[in-house]
Amino acid sequence: MEIANNNEWKLEACNLRCVRGGREIFANVGFSLESGDALLIKGANGTGKSSLIRILAHLLKPEGGHVKWLGSPIQDLRNLYLSHLHYVGHLDCIKPSMTVIEHLRFWSMMRGNPNFKRDFLWDSDLLKLADVPGRFLSAGQKKRLSLARLSSIYAPLWLLDEPLVTLDSNSIQQLQTQISQQLLSGGIVVISTHTEFNLEKSQVIDMSSSEYSPVGTSSFDSEFEEEVYDQW
Amino acid sequence: MVALKENTQMNNRTVVFYSIFRRDLSLALRGGASNFVPVIFFIIAVVLFPLGLGSEQETLSRIAPAIVLVCALLAMMLSLDSLFREDYDDGNLEQISLGFLPLEFVVLAKALAHWVTAGLPLIICSPLLALTLNISIKALVTLIFTLLLATPTLTLIGTVGASLTVSLRRGGLLTSLLVLPISIPVLIFASSAVEASILNLNTNTHLILLSGGLITALVLAPIAAAAALKISLE
Repeated sequence: MEIANNNEWKLEACNLRCVRGGREIFANVGFSLESGDALLIKGANGTGKSSLIRILAHLLKPEGGHVKWLGSPIQDLRNLYLSHLHYVGHLDCIKPSMTVIEHLRFWSMMRGNPNFKRDFLWDSDLLKLADVPGRFLSAGQKKRLSLARLSSIYAPLWLLDEPLVTLDSNSIQQLQTQISQQLLSGGIVVISTHTEFNLEKSQVIDMSSSEYSPVGTSSFDSEFEEEVYDQW
Repeated sequence: MVALKENTQMNNRTVVFYSIFRRDLSLALRGGASNFVPVIFFIIAVVLFPLGLGSEQETLSRIAPAIVLVCALLAMMLSLDSLFREDYDDGNLEQISLGFLPLEFVVLAKALAHWVTAGLPLIICSPLLALTLNISIKALVTLIFTLLLATPTLTLIGTVGASLTVSLRRGGLLTSLLVLPISIPVLIFASSAVEASILNLNTNTHLILLSGGLITALVLAPIAAAAALKISLE
């Protein structure tokens, strides 16, 4: 399939609804992002930030609504869409016995770039750890190694689920610079976080707000109580 | 932008297939002593039979093919559970499924690596065990052929069981329960091939049926396993 235009990207979500384990997590989530836009997903624990990102990454099917990339539903152009995105989630994808450089080479290969070059890596500190096996990395270093997948190959859409957890201030600074560059080059970035993150010119979705939670208040307890009363 | 264009062409699937296979193989080799557990189990379990039966050579050589094949089947069950479990737990499977290699081929690459690390060693040490079980050279050749056909089939059937139980915390035993009944035909044809060879009968029919089983598993198992993995990944 041909790419319609080389520099204009568009990600739209409309009326997304997510149900996990029989419980509705959020509903009516929608937004529209174009080249150079960033979306900040905020919200308390359990409000569906990760689920929303997994839906955008085509890992989870939404119960309702749809996600569109370049104007077509993502399930129709699955392979093209997947080759256009980087997803960094909570799981670090790190093998205890594989070294840092082996991880980088492998991921670069998986993303379709067989010639991994060290120069592309923006987190140059990782190269000092090149021969260290995964089991000796600290939590922050593991996170940085996961984030290094972003530099393996160019992809216009970045989906980052809580990228700041366990990162030190230098790395946060570095990530922020990279995100700004990605936006400047016409990419789209979606970030979920429950801490403060400074991004100029970004849309914000607060998952805690009542417009997205199906029962008005996002209280699980009241829903549960009703069920119990019904049974009795 | 240029890289993106190449990215969409997806022309190096073979390279990706090979890199998954190579990664699994090197991970298995670095696993240390735990790699040898299935082989050692296989050797010990087979050797227990001549020790238990004592001096009854006649009985031993009559049931020898069944002993080797049943023990090989059980030894392969031991390592099946970890086929997808680790990749699932640390997020690798999720990321690989986002890559451009279809999940069916990912299953095939991992099955191939599993067979090389779990199936091939059993075949290599089978001549040694044939000696302890009083199997003739001619029957041994047939035994090796049947193992060459049966072990990859068992790995492939195993991928279906392993992918169905991958999201369960402790699915190890369940995997065996799912896989063992489906493996019965493989066991029947494999042991009757070796028995036929001992009785100087024609073994072709059995070997052809085994090959048919292997080809069927080769085509169907990756599809079934990939479908199960997709459900588990949600």
